[in-house]
Amino acid sequence: MDFNLFWSSLGPMALGALQGTIPLALASFAIGLALALLVAMLRISRNKVANGVGRFYVSVIRGTPLLVQLFVIFYGLPALGVKLDPWPSAIIAFSMNVGGYAAEVIRAAILSVPQGQWEAGHMIGMSRGQTLLRIILPQAARVSVPPLSNTFISLVKDTSLASLILVTEMFRVAQQVAAFSQEFMLLYVEAALIYWVICLILSTAQSQLEKRLDRYVAH
Amino acid sequence: MSPTDGQGNAVLRVRGLNKSFGSNTVLRGIDLDVPRGKVVALIGPSGSGKTTILRSLNGLETPDAGTVTVGARGTAGNGANGAGGGAGAVPQLPELTLDFGAKVTPREVAALRDRSAMVFQHYNLFPHMSVLQNIIEGPVRVQRRPRAEAVAEAESLLERVGLLEKKDAHPFELSGGQQQRVGIVRALALKPQLLLFDEPTSALDPELVDDVLVVIKELAEEGWTMVIVTHELAFARQTADEVVFMDGGVVVERGPASQVLRTPREERTQAFVRRLLHEI
Repeated sequence: MDFNLFWSSLGPMALGALQGTIPLALASFAIGLALALLVAMLRISRNKVANGVGRFYVSVIRGTPLLVQLFVIFYGLPALGVKLDPWPSAIIAFSMNVGGYAAEVIRAAILSVPQGQWEAGHMIGMSRGQTLLRIILPQAARVSVPPLSNTFISLVKDTSLASLILVTEMFRVAQQVAAFSQEFMLLYVEAALIYWVICLILSTAQSQLEKRLDRYVAH
Repeated sequence: MSPTDGQGNAVLRVRGLNKSFGSNTVLRGIDLDVPRGKVVALIGPSGSGKTTILRSLNGLETPDAGTVTVGARGTAGNGANGAGGGAGAVPQLPELTLDFGAKVTPREVAALRDRSAMVFQHYNLFPHMSVLQNIIEGPVRVQRRPRAEAVAEAESLLERVGLLEKKDAHPFELSGGQQQRVGIVRALALKPQLLLFDEPTSALDPELVDDVLVVIKELAEEGWTMVIVTHELAFARQTADEVVFMDGGVVVERGPASQVLRTPREERTQAFVRRLLHEI
């Protein structure tokens, strides 16, 4: 194996992570969380239609492969006259995916807050929406950090799929260098290492966040 | 006839309250009057419907039929009722009647909550907020009162219950008795016409019960209008003007506290009082 290639490819691949993988994951997670909150609201709504819409969305997202979702948006939609570039396609697909998975996490976290907290919110005069925002969600946030961190870490790794719809992220750089040098083992292990390092950093950030949010809770 | 009419000068008037949960009927035609500045204690075995009445008075339960009327509140002459620690003006409120036989709107429920405030059995303080934030959340966020004013009032109320030095603590740092006193202050800070207590001491360790009962007794002496669901019969006898004994969703007996608790007329009341006073 050519270890010089390891060092010389590290720069372009790190750049691929900084310009592709990480912004793609961050943008998709942010949009996906907003979507998830909306879908979770539908799922806890007393309105049967809203509830059904939320349930259907989660079912479709969780019941179909992410790769298929990506392909439908990038390669399928042009047949309907909707032609999207690789980046928007990837962000839409990943956001919708996160939206489906995180919605269930947020819904479960909201349901885990004791009913008495809703009642205390209503007692002091808050509407359902106000109680949700001021009383319930801050408590649900603490509960949902570990599972949402899981979702985010999965997403970081799943962004490698975007290489298949021509997004220049880190794994696509690895593929290109490997095809040129024929050093497949070296470059794919190198890619794996970089993903691992990113995920280690995220895990540390997760424990810091959990500690911060645990400040006011008895153990 | 308005509940503010006549000698009664009632803050609360309940008529014909009915409530079922599925096939289980918990309230069967409840009537209840609470005159201004008086304390009514609801007693009775668990499942008798007393907590359901209380929750209906704060819109946390929706009865199937019956009316709840809260009398008008003027600006003056109400004594301590609604004035909290004496600080700040009390907003005027017109008379309000909710008819549960018809459809009750969210606006009506909100109006009911403007007039009554509840102290919960399990305190239900907001764990992510400090003691002070717990208290001013309603006044500032809902009633839109100036923050500085709400803080000053909260602090004077906290001082009265001996918890001023805990204002920046979070609920988990407090004992049950301290949490419940904060729960009481949170209710007082809303400046309600009617204070509701749902078994305020039954989640507490025995040695902490008195701290909370003393506070409630002081509020009674100050002239707050209160409805208290309790199992503490000695407390009810000392604090309540009227005791209402319930069983099976009906009022079995009502009268002056000493009469109902010392010389009950009804057999069911006698059995209940005897059982509670001669507990092992």
